[in-house]
Amino acid sequence: MEIRPIISALMRSKVAMILIGLQVALTLAILCNALFIINERMQRMQRPTGMNETDTFVISSFGFGQGFNVQTTIDTDLAMLRSLPGVVDAAATNGMVPLGGNGWGSGLNIKPDQKTETASTAFYMSDDHAINAYGLKLIAGRNFKPEEIAFMTQNNRKTSPIAIVSRALAEKLSPPSGDVVGKTFYEDTNAFTIIGVVDRLEVPWVNWDGQSFENSTIWPTHMVYGNGSTYLIRAEPGRRDEMMKTVETKLADSNKSRIVRSLRSMEKVRNDAYVDDRAMAIILGGVIIALLTITALGIVGMASFWVAQRTKQIGTRRALGATKFDILRYFLTENFLITTAGLILGGVLSYALSLWLLTHVDGAKLLPWYYVPVGFISLWLLGQAAVLGPAMRASRVPPAVATRSV
Amino acid sequence: MFSYYLQLGLRSLKRNPILTALMVFGIALGIAASMTTLTVMHLMGSDPIPWKSDKLHIVNMDSWSPDNPFSEDGSLPDQVTYRDAMALMRAGKADKQAAMFNLALPIQPENQEVKPYLSLVRTTFSDFFSMFEPKFQYGRPWTKAEDDAHARVVVLSKAGNEKLFGGGDSIGKTVRMDDIDYKVVGVLDDWPLRILFYDISGRGSFETPEDYFMPFTTGIDLKKRPSGNNSCWKDSGPGWEAYLDSECVWIKFWVQLDSPAHLADYKSFVDAYVNEQKKSGRFQRPLNNRLYDVNQWMVEQKVVSSDVKVQSGLGFAFLIVCLVNTIGLLLAKFTRKAGEIGLRRALGASRRQIFAQFLTESSVVGLAGGLLGLLLTGLGLVVVRALYTNFKTVAQLDWQMVALTIVLAVVSAIVAGFYPTWRACQVAPAAQLKTQ
Repeated sequence: MEIRPIISALMRSKVAMILIGLQVALTLAILCNALFIINERMQRMQRPTGMNETDTFVISSFGFGQGFNVQTTIDTDLAMLRSLPGVVDAAATNGMVPLGGNGWGSGLNIKPDQKTETASTAFYMSDDHAINAYGLKLIAGRNFKPEEIAFMTQNNRKTSPIAIVSRALAEKLSPPSGDVVGKTFYEDTNAFTIIGVVDRLEVPWVNWDGQSFENSTIWPTHMVYGNGSTYLIRAEPGRRDEMMKTVETKLADSNKSRIVRSLRSMEKVRNDAYVDDRAMAIILGGVIIALLTITALGIVGMASFWVAQRTKQIGTRRALGATKFDILRYFLTENFLITTAGLILGGVLSYALSLWLLTHVDGAKLLPWYYVPVGFISLWLLGQAAVLGPAMRASRVPPAVATRSV
Repeated sequence: MFSYYLQLGLRSLKRNPILTALMVFGIALGIAASMTTLTVMHLMGSDPIPWKSDKLHIVNMDSWSPDNPFSEDGSLPDQVTYRDAMALMRAGKADKQAAMFNLALPIQPENQEVKPYLSLVRTTFSDFFSMFEPKFQYGRPWTKAEDDAHARVVVLSKAGNEKLFGGGDSIGKTVRMDDIDYKVVGVLDDWPLRILFYDISGRGSFETPEDYFMPFTTGIDLKKRPSGNNSCWKDSGPGWEAYLDSECVWIKFWVQLDSPAHLADYKSFVDAYVNEQKKSGRFQRPLNNRLYDVNQWMVEQKVVSSDVKVQSGLGFAFLIVCLVNTIGLLLAKFTRKAGEIGLRRALGASRRQIFAQFLTESSVVGLAGGLLGLLLTGLGLVVVRALYTNFKTVAQLDWQMVALTIVLAVVSAIVAGFYPTWRACQVAPAAQLKTQ
């Protein structure tokens, strides 16, 4: 292979070579880190909540005026909602849904008055219809019974001494088997016995630490501070949008001294929850596209310039017996060499950038090694594709050029 | 001479339209990426109340559990208990002070055609208005006497007034909230607060101020739980009185301290207060009270998210790639003009004149790139606003940034053009003429 003459030719235009190499290096560094961030965000957004997200929606009611009785309102509403054709099930909640952002979290202990908590958990307060309405999977123990549902207000903080927990939480409370059914745990000084385990239920906060992200507890309690109530409703498949309208009207009509608000499908809840991650992924995706475009155009520009500058030499080589393919191969090899040099520098820059991100961004992780070879291959291909046009033009230079004086 | 160089430059740029377009486009894209991200970061981090941001302070006290810190990273609760808020209010040691929390209350408009709706009501003290300085369209803030009297009065925002009373002078009218009537004493004018710095953790940095304000004392009488954050390390027990008496933190406490001396005095006052409380068994953690001014608070609360910083960093890295690209292309272009340079040099042009000519050409590329970049920045900000629905106040071009964009583009192009121009000047006239 004719690497030697290529290198000696390159040495005659060092600066141009360095510029292209540098551009490739920076491109690799940005590409790898941006791809890594995008990939992390996509994985974050794909975390399953454990519930049925396609058919469910939430709606809140806020009563006002002296005559408003929140307890009877909740009972009437639930009876109405559950009997509505098109509704699979409905549960009252303390405004908490996975990804919803609002809710109550606390530590959970094996002993009362324990100083450091065993696990942190989100406390969903709902009822015996929660498993069916959320669409959770009960994998051990049993569901709540209607008579076990407590009604808790600011002045009467009665709770039931039982709970259902998520599998992740069960495994943390009782490793390694996660067999917690029948065992008693403590929230502060409140003791409760676990009666069931659901396969998965995310906490409401997308930014909770990954360790506790699926640590959820459900208490059989209708918690009401004030006159608000929130319902989670699961419609029959395909009827969600229709049921959202129906439920909103029904609730509003059933009682004039209340405000019906915050009607949101779980799909929208998910969209809202990950708005930052999605924006970040899209913006970085845009940067990558712009970056690859600029770098490709830069290579095209420089290669065209080189071809124009060397027209006479190309002609001479052709006259001396080089085939069109030899010329083509010359430019492709030249680009490969420059790109490779740039990529080696770029590998170092990638980790420099990754380290910078590590020190400046909370929760950033070091770039995994395999992004670098992926970046190498992409930029090799990009370089070869970009140089192909000018190289083809070079290969079409007729040998007769050598005989002309200019 | 400059206009002649400009003409030469334009002619030369016209001769290679594709190469020129490539350079202009490259600079424009780099500028747009860096300026879009920079604008967002700049507006997010910029002082929302520059004339007194160093005087306004939020009070943080470590009243948390003796067993566990409030947070792993060492930050303190950003809210205080009702007991402490009231003690600090009663002491009145700051130049101005305002405890505050939000209530979600049903608003029942007189106009039957407007359905009742739920709204956030900020309950605070009369000093709130002279501390944060919203302008009044009608009326005035409520008075200290009204604070003490638990007066049923309300101040409306301009938007709130428009919704309830069609925007007219509504002073003296009543607003019905949850079956209780409140008298309107003031209506605010537009209050363009870019960062809602007084309630970052409760409402979010880029929300707009509330539409309704009422005295804190009146709000407490309603015995309703706050609608913002509430954090407890110990069970508060049943009932409203127990809640007021509990160690739960749910009130933000802001003070205005007009001089560094007042700040130091206030700090010692808070420390003394906590030490006094320690005697009765409260505040069992090590003495740790902090006063943050507005800008310190915005840093502490990470108003500028790390995502935005990463975007700016990558935006600038991208600009560098674009510049390297432009240097390469200019180099290619100027090298091809060696013959022309040789000719001009032979006819008597000095190196300095050649230099001026070629730098003019690069600046034209920079200016064109800057203008196109500005257009793309505008577009970029539209995209940012669409992606981050809550960034409305911070994803906007402002004049400072427009000027910076153009300057950055021209300077970038000149910097990019420097080496190629220098190379062009090195052309030896005789050698060039000979090979022709």
